[in-house]
Parts: sequence; structure tokens; C-alpha cells
Amino acid sequence: MDFTFNEDQSAVIDAVREFCDEDLAPKAQETDEAGRWPAENVRKLAELDLMGIPVPEEYGGLGMDFLTWSAVGEELSRACTTTGAVYGAHVLCVYPIMLFGTEAQKKKYLPPLAQGEHIGAFGLTEPGAGSDAGSVSTKADKDGDHYILNGTKIFITNGGEAQTYVIIANVDPSKGTRGMTAFIVEKGTPGFEFGKNERKMAYPSLPNRELVFTDCRVPKENILGRERGGFLVAMRTLGVGRIGMAIGAVGLARAALEAAIPYSKQRVQFGKPISSFQAIQFMIADMATEIDAARLLTWRAAWLKDQGKPFEREAAMAKLYASETAMRVTTKAVQIFGGYGYTKEFPVERYMREAKLFEIVEGTSEIQRLVIANQVLRGSSE
Amino acid sequence: MNTVVCIKQVPETTDVRVDPKTNALIREGVKSIINPFDENAIEAALQLRDANGGKVTVVCMGPPQAEEALRHALAMGADEAILLCDPASRGSDTLATSYTLAQVVRKIGEFDLIICGKQAIDGDTGQVGPGLAERLGIPQVTFAIGLELADKKLRARRVLDDLFEVLDVRLPALVTVVKQINEPRFPGMRNVLKAKKAQITRWTAADIGADLTQTGFDGSPTTVIKVWPPERRGGGAILHGDTDEVVTALAGAIKELNIAVG
Repeated sequence: MDFTFNEDQSAVIDAVREFCDEDLAPKAQETDEAGRWPAENVRKLAELDLMGIPVPEEYGGLGMDFLTWSAVGEELSRACTTTGAVYGAHVLCVYPIMLFGTEAQKKKYLPPLAQGEHIGAFGLTEPGAGSDAGSVSTKADKDGDHYILNGTKIFITNGGEAQTYVIIANVDPSKGTRGMTAFIVEKGTPGFEFGKNERKMAYPSLPNRELVFTDCRVPKENILGRERGGFLVAMRTLGVGRIGMAIGAVGLARAALEAAIPYSKQRVQFGKPISSFQAIQFMIADMATEIDAARLLTWRAAWLKDQGKPFEREAAMAKLYASETAMRVTTKAVQIFGGYGYTKEFPVERYMREAKLFEIVEGTSEIQRLVIANQVLRGSSE
Repeated sequence: MNTVVCIKQVPETTDVRVDPKTNALIREGVKSIINPFDENAIEAALQLRDANGGKVTVVCMGPPQAEEALRHALAMGADEAILLCDPASRGSDTLATSYTLAQVVRKIGEFDLIICGKQAIDGDTGQVGPGLAERLGIPQVTFAIGLELADKKLRARRVLDDLFEVLDVRLPALVTVVKQINEPRFPGMRNVLKAKKAQITRWTAADIGADLTQTGFDGSPTTVIKVWPPERRGGGAILHGDTDEVVTALAGAIKELNIAVG
């Protein structure tokens, strides 16, 4: 396993870092407080060719690996967590089309997604299907060459702003996961509407909307994978999604550490900078160590994915550890800032609120532990 | 519309350090960047090209590692890059630099416009652009904040201390631009990857037929006797207490410093 970036990877990551430092990060607070879709940032991601990093060149992408996609995601998330989340959620639509799409589907949907003209979203979660993803009740009834979708998805990131949706429905709910079927549904399809945009603890500018399907007719060509193969599509998508979430958490944790370090050097108490006190030094040491560990776990998962090896267990470990690291690191950052950390004058209180998301989405920490335990007890992987 | 943009690679000078013995900038451990005003110059050239067609050639005089700055320009979208790299050019002051760049431009041949940043953030002289125009015998407009091409003339808006000036200038001409003229684009990754593999033309003093008495140390009448960073400002003091206390303390501090208030 070698995480030395080659020249192409380094060139991309350096260029992204420059964009992040000079453009994205200085506006992060504003982006957050605006409470609306960060259209300008998303347009820039498209201009910078960042929306299709892992998409093959023949479909309009950069044809690079998931490790590069991860490293870029960390930079984006570190600079602006909201923009990083849009980038992460986008791939939940792009990746299953790359993996399961027919040639015609790839030709039709991937180029505009890879070039960022279209934004993608992935619709699995329902009011009654969260951790229990197998109990999806959005119904897909076959009607000639079409399927008729009825049901409601919730919390869908990029919902309403995205043009292309991968939707997990069920052609036979009595069969549970074995009835689940994935569809590509485009915004504007009659019977496909957007419901409530959730008001959340953080990320007011990131849409998490309800998708409402009422007798929505989708042609059978839009099945992604095969009929009743939707559970596999969902699980494969979540595998990569977990890498995305993990690296987003690493980026956020890094932002918190990078805010805490200069503050601890400059804040004087008892006549000395607080960074000279062991209590603070130990916190900084733990934060830095855990961030590195989380990043390495995530890179390992991405690397395995790039090698075409199984990575489910590793992705779950990365997601679990990175999201809990983000929570611990951001909490410590607030602690280092003390009273000021609790105010809106500094970004660390926002980081702490944002961190909580990572322990919940794309499989809660508890679900990750189940996935890991399952695999470990079965003796699979290393 | 063929434009030549002259750029310089400079140290990122948020923290300038000077070697007290040689009076030269300490470049070790300092990141090198394109002079920020030169990024505006590249952006201005790209916008003119995108609107009117033509070609953007970026020129840099510097050591081999200045190639990095040229690659950045290519990634932004420039069509061609030329590095004038010759030990004989080392130590060039603004007179020698403008001579050398003029030789480069002459070798390039036909051009309609030369754009430079208004000054470099290391030397801060702002002399190379105007010097180059003089050497080439073409009109110049400095401190441009807006450029527009109409009827083979360039309309330039200049920003001066307390006024704007609009000038029409016939081409070929040279323009130096200020930061406010545009917001330089961030290069797309496709261009970044392409620029990494792109061929950068490298010329020596001999290639441009440079008279060696006019370039480098020999061609530079200027001798830098001493360079030093400005003294750091002290930390200041923060006064605490209620308004009366703070005002009294502040007035006392001002009196003590013997500053005239008025």
C-alpha cells in the first residue's frame, strides 16, 4: 500500500488546495449563513472539473482514482463543509451509474454530471427506512414499458437542486430487499415533486429535501442494474458514500484543529500562551493523531476500491472512526477556545454542530459497527 | 489579437526575510508564486483572446524553476509559454530586464499587445513594463483597470490616485494592469494536467541575440546597497475597565507619548 501521490494527483490536489484557501475558505461563514444553495461554489467546482474526478474520460470525467477524489474531498470539506457535502452527495448518483449503468445510460447521464452541468442525488432514506434500509416502501408498479412510482423519500442531500436522481424503490415490498429496484429519475418528470426542506442543527445552506412521487411514470430503460437488484445498487453506493463521508469528516476535523492551533499559541492566560500548558498540548496531540489515523483508514478504503478489492469493512471502519474523530476533535477545539469557542465569533461552534451529522448519515455509527462486526466475525477480509 | 504577457516568479512575501550579508531575499523555504499582478495580466489577456480570438503567449525570465509559474499560466489557459533562462541574466535590474524582455518579444515577432502586472511584489519598482515599452518604441498605458478592444484600438481605463482616465491607444501597445481589473480564474483540473505535460520553450541569451553587456550584472547600473524589512509593529496594549477608566488611561498614554492630537 503506497499513498505517495503521483505527479498528476499532486498537481490536482495542490490546485484544489489553492482554490480552497483563496476562494472557498474565506467565504465559508458567508456560505453557511446564507441559508441557500451555494450555487456560485458549485459552479466553480464544475469549472474546475471537480464534479467528475472518478468518471472515465470518455464520459466527460477526469478518469482519476477514488483516492484522488478523496483527497480533493478532504480539501473541500476543510475549506467549506457545505460545499464538501454537495461534492460528496453528487457522487452517490454518479458512482452507481458508472458501476451499474448500461452504455446508453452512461452516455446520457454521465457527461452532464461529470461536467457539473447537472448535479446528482441519491434517494434511499424514507420515514420508515433509515438504518433498516431494506424496508423501503416507495412502490414501483410495472405498467407496460413503464414503472409507476409512489412514495416519499426524506433528508435527500442536494434534493431539489439536483437534476439527476438515483432512487431506490420496491417492485415487491413483500419480498423486502429482494424487491428493491434502482431507477434513474430526472427532475421535471411528471409526478416527481419536492417536499419539505429540513431545518437542521447545521448546514442551513445544504438542501435535505423530501422527494415525493405520485404516480410518477418512469420508463423501464431507467432501471439501474436489474429489476430487484436495487439492494445491491444501494449497498455498493453506500460503500463509496462511506468513504466520502469519512473524508468529509477528516476535512472538518482538520479545519477545527487548524483553527485551534494558532488560537492556542496566541491566547494568553496565567501569563503564558495556553499552548504551553500540557492540558492543551495533550488535546492538540490527540486531535492530530486521530485525524491522521482517520485519514489513513479512509485512504486505505479508497485505495482498496481503486485496486478493485473488497473494501466494505474498511469503508465502514473509516466512516465510523472518522466521524467520531470529527465529533471529538471539534468538541476539543471548542474547549480550547473556551468561552469564545461557544460564540459565533469563531467557526469552531459551527464545526461542532456540523460534526454530529457524520455520526448519523450514510449509516449511523451503530450501523457501521454492525457492518464491521459482521465482517470480522465472518472472518472476511484481512 | 496576439498578446504577450510578461510574468515574474516571486517569493510569497507575507514574511520577507533578507540575508544581511548579501542583501538578497532569502528564497529558501519560501514558496514561489506568480507575481499576483501578473495573474491579473494573464487573466486580462485571456479575456481579450476569448472575446476577440488570437493567441496568448506568456514570457518569463528566470531560473529553471520559474517553469512552474509558466505552467500555472498554461493551466489558466495561455496558449504558449517561453522561459528565458540563462545564467548571464542573473542579477538583472529593471533596465537589464526590460532589455532582455524586449529581445524576447522581438524574437517572438508579431504581437498586438503586451500586458504586464503593474509591479512585482518583491522589487516593487513598477519599471519593467514601461521600460519594455520604451525599448520597443510602442505606446504604453500603466495602471489599467479596464481594457476593451474596438476598431483595432485599445480603450484602456487607468486608475490614478484620485481620478480615472480613459485612453485610446493604437496597437501594438503595452499595458500594465492593477489588481482590480479582474479576478484571475482558478485553473480547471483538465488544464492543470495538460499544462504539466506541455512543452515550455526555453531560450538562452544567445537565442534572443542578447548583448551580454546589457543583461545580467553587467547590464545593470543599479546596485542594491541595503535591503531590510520594515520594523515590526509592537503588540500594542488593550485597556480594560469601564469607560471612565479606559478614557483616562488612554489620555494618559497619549500624553506620555507626546503625540500631538488634533
